[in-house]
Amino acid sequence: MFDQRKLADIKNQMRRWEKTTVPNWVNRHSERKKEFSTVSGIPVKRLYTPEDVKDLDYMDHLGFPGEYPFTRGLHATMYRGRLWTMRQFSGFGTAEQTNKRFKYLLKEGETGLSIAFDYPTITGYDSDHSVSRGEVGQCGVAVSSLQDMETLFDGIPLDKVTTSMTINGPAAMLLAMYVAIGDKQGVPREKLGGTTQNDMLKEFFAQKLAIFPPTPSVRLVTDIIEYCAKHLPQWNPVSISGYHIREAGSNALQELAFTLADGIAYVESTLERGLKVDDFAHRLSFFFASHNDFFEEIAKFRAARHLWAKIMKERFKAKKPRSMWMRMHVQTSGCTLTAQQPVNNVIRVAFQALAAVLGGTQSLHTNSLDEGLATPCEDAVRIALRTQQIIAHEGGVVETVDPLAGSYYLEYLTKEMEERAMKYIDRMDSLGGVIPAIEKGFFQREIADAAYKYQKEIERRERTIVGVNDYTVDEDWVPVELLRVHPEVEEAQTARLQKLRRTRDNKKVKALLDKLHDEADGDTNLMPTIIEAVKSYATLGEITDVLRTVFGEYRELIIV
Amino acid sequence: MPSSTQIKELVQGVLRGDKRSIARTISIIENNQPEAQKLMATFYPKTGKAQVIGITGPPGAGKSTLIEKLVKELRNRGKTVGVVAVDPTSPFTGGAFLGDRVRMQDLSTDPGVYIRSMATRNNPGGLAKATKDASRVLDASGKDVVIIETVGAGQSEVEVVKVAHTVIVTLAPGLGDDIQAIKAGQMEIGDIFVVNKADRENANKAVSDIEAMLELTTEKTGWKPPVVKTSAFTGEGIAQLLELIDQHRTYLKTGVLDERRKERVENELIEALKEKIAESILNDFKDRGEWKRLTQKILKRKTDPYTAADELLAKPPKPKTKKKT
Amino acid sequence: MSKERKIRVVIAKPGLDSHDRGAKIVARALRDAGMEVIYTGLRQTPEQIVETALQEDVDVVGLSILSGAHTTLFPKIMELLKKKKLTDILVFAGGIIPEEDVPALKKIGIKEVFGPGTPTSTLVEFVRKNAPKKR
Repeated sequence: MFDQRKLADIKNQMRRWEKTTVPNWVNRHSERKKEFSTVSGIPVKRLYTPEDVKDLDYMDHLGFPGEYPFTRGLHATMYRGRLWTMRQFSGFGTAEQTNKRFKYLLKEGETGLSIAFDYPTITGYDSDHSVSRGEVGQCGVAVSSLQDMETLFDGIPLDKVTTSMTINGPAAMLLAMYVAIGDKQGVPREKLGGTTQNDMLKEFFAQKLAIFPPTPSVRLVTDIIEYCAKHLPQWNPVSISGYHIREAGSNALQELAFTLADGIAYVESTLERGLKVDDFAHRLSFFFASHNDFFEEIAKFRAARHLWAKIMKERFKAKKPRSMWMRMHVQTSGCTLTAQQPVNNVIRVAFQALAAVLGGTQSLHTNSLDEGLATPCEDAVRIALRTQQIIAHEGGVVETVDPLAGSYYLEYLTKEMEERAMKYIDRMDSLGGVIPAIEKGFFQREIADAAYKYQKEIERRERTIVGVNDYTVDEDWVPVELLRVHPEVEEAQTARLQKLRRTRDNKKVKALLDKLHDEADGDTNLMPTIIEAVKSYATLGEITDVLRTVFGEYRELIIV
Repeated sequence: MPSSTQIKELVQGVLRGDKRSIARTISIIENNQPEAQKLMATFYPKTGKAQVIGITGPPGAGKSTLIEKLVKELRNRGKTVGVVAVDPTSPFTGGAFLGDRVRMQDLSTDPGVYIRSMATRNNPGGLAKATKDASRVLDASGKDVVIIETVGAGQSEVEVVKVAHTVIVTLAPGLGDDIQAIKAGQMEIGDIFVVNKADRENANKAVSDIEAMLELTTEKTGWKPPVVKTSAFTGEGIAQLLELIDQHRTYLKTGVLDERRKERVENELIEALKEKIAESILNDFKDRGEWKRLTQKILKRKTDPYTAADELLAKPPKPKTKKKT
Repeated sequence: MSKERKIRVVIAKPGLDSHDRGAKIVARALRDAGMEVIYTGLRQTPEQIVETALQEDVDVVGLSILSGAHTTLFPKIMELLKKKKLTDILVFAGGIIPEEDVPALKKIGIKEVFGPGTPTSTLVEFVRKNAPKKR
């Protein structure tokens, strides 16, 4: 990319600079650390020059946005044409309460919905189950049946919004409910747009919400991918996630590598089902965190796009460009939020959001300042949304595509991340793939070690967290009134469920659950029957129980 | 420190099967508190009723999940069970993760099952005296079966033979070396060999490899150690394993058990004597003025520990039992 | 030979909350400080936690929860501990527990509630200082 002679000159000049100019400064102030590195441990030099990217082939590595290898962006015009979707993950209490929050956010300018479900829902229990006691509506909305879902989407036309659902074990059931509502509203199924997270592999080592063991879990994931490929062409059946891996304690490299490995596993399982790669790959989507190390995160997003495109083209022989797209949603990192001096979180989120935008994300969620303490209140979530809007309209960063390309540091870092991530992927291949690696505890150990290391760095003051291990205050201040979900939610849900079970056609419910049992025992795609079952108002818990009976329950492999 | 009434209550509690009493008693023994010996003296005559099974094998063989399945089956047959699960103490930190119990979660609230986790606490000689005594307490408390799960590496593998009636060596295919994973000595102590995770490939090969080795190594006695495939995941082989354990028990009853017991009892008496002799002699030596003088000399490198020991022994020891406070 | 008494700890995750990063770090730190630690894993019922504490004769129970369900689960756990006569065990908690809930929790016997960002060294010191001396 550079003239060889000029490059040699720069190299010489750099040596001279290091020998003569730099010492002047180092003698006055020695550098703050002995070694500088990114959070992932990639060493960071004092200065980057053309020398560091001399092997970078522009067309090979970067190319043009909208064309393979997509490093610079999936679309030719990116945000000049269309901004990223502002999609705030929300949910708490009853469906009514969350419906209100949805409408509030849409009014304040969010452009996509994203549902947070409560723990009983995500683990496949009805609100009135004994294990649900104390948990109903706390971290998300309680949805135990189609009835709750109908309330949740009351007044929200499904042909006008797209909805992302953070749901994994019971993904089929929630997707079925969404389809049922679409049917009721008269929206053609081909028009229904949204995403189910439905990424079971990461549940076993990161988010830890697996219901069934690995093999039947992957079967369910694949059922959904297959069903969507045939019947819900606008729906993203999976959101292959690195976010939770990062939150569990991994560094950026591990987040990148493990996510790609999961993606590879899903492509393989779907190919085994008999589908052709170009029939479904264009609807696989991804989900990453945006953490603190600004440049490393941007490099990560670009590396992710490049690597996935390469993997789809070379490993899986995809032909259509869309099959090679890594469409991503990004959430600013929850684990970087502090309970101390929560206003500081607004600043953290702003930088993390900026990194995601400079990294070319398709969709973004920004955390609220009070999330280190509670589920976000209205005032806080509005600020989070405004953060995105200010970046979009006032920041000037969306006027051109991939503005940071060509930065010596960033391109160096992008390439480093790609190479190191590929080494990890090779390692997982040698372990036999993701599921054998999970059974061997590979991911769990990597994550636990990374988490412990990070914590120790903080405690040894090698890593400063403002307000926590430095710049602390004695009197703190929370500028908002923290949200609390009250126990009446649980009572209301219980009453509603009991009424539902009395008034529905129980014969029909039983017949469908029996049918589901037989199909789950075989290898029929379960989506059609699950859709029928939710329409008959079988509850989430009832359907999950049938699957528990057939698939068994997952037992956590505990690695500390 | 518990009063004599409290000790009496503890004893009665244990004999009744009261969990709290069992728990406290095992702690007293584990911490080698002064009343430990008295307690064990009370329990010893009450032991000998439980069937004691030792489960050894390398880490990763799935011992804990196998035990969970075994216990469930025993419970179905109406037996009460005690489990002592041993984990290694870190030689660097002195701490330990006691991770076996959490692999047997289904048993946690079964009233007929008692599980106690113990760390090796770097006891020289492997399986701690405390572990043996803990299993005796469980025996005295009326458990029909006591299972000891050993650490899975080193001395304790062989030590368990001194305590258990039936020793089960557990392996899993794909652990790396399969047969090489069986440490020296394990082939001799195993009464039954289990190839766990039978749903994996290579399971059958592992079985035939072990059978071949057994042909070569074991002495011909009245019991030919069988090899059985199990899967804690599917439940395969569990009933068969229990059947084999029962068969071994019957074999032991032919007099082998009594012989083994006699040997063990003598060994234990020797161990007990050694411990007490060493302790009482040391007490005397430590009380002497020379002790301090000699340790200073060693520190200054004017002499070495062995020469110093000879010097001390030059004047014969007067065994001194320290008063227990 | 004098042996320093080992402190036995259970670190538990009650309820459905699946965030275990902090609990695992605490378990590891206590182990590195020379204690014997049982980390229970996820989805523990109050009954399971108390039964473990009972059979293992632990000195300390640490409860980690971020789901907001502490208002229901913690009283249940403390009630069961009382029923089983395990009131001398040191109980502490961590996770996401609103400041305003802490006094009520202390009243039912939870000695201290530690918020996010608490250094593990603080926890180790706290446990060493407050674990029951003789039981």
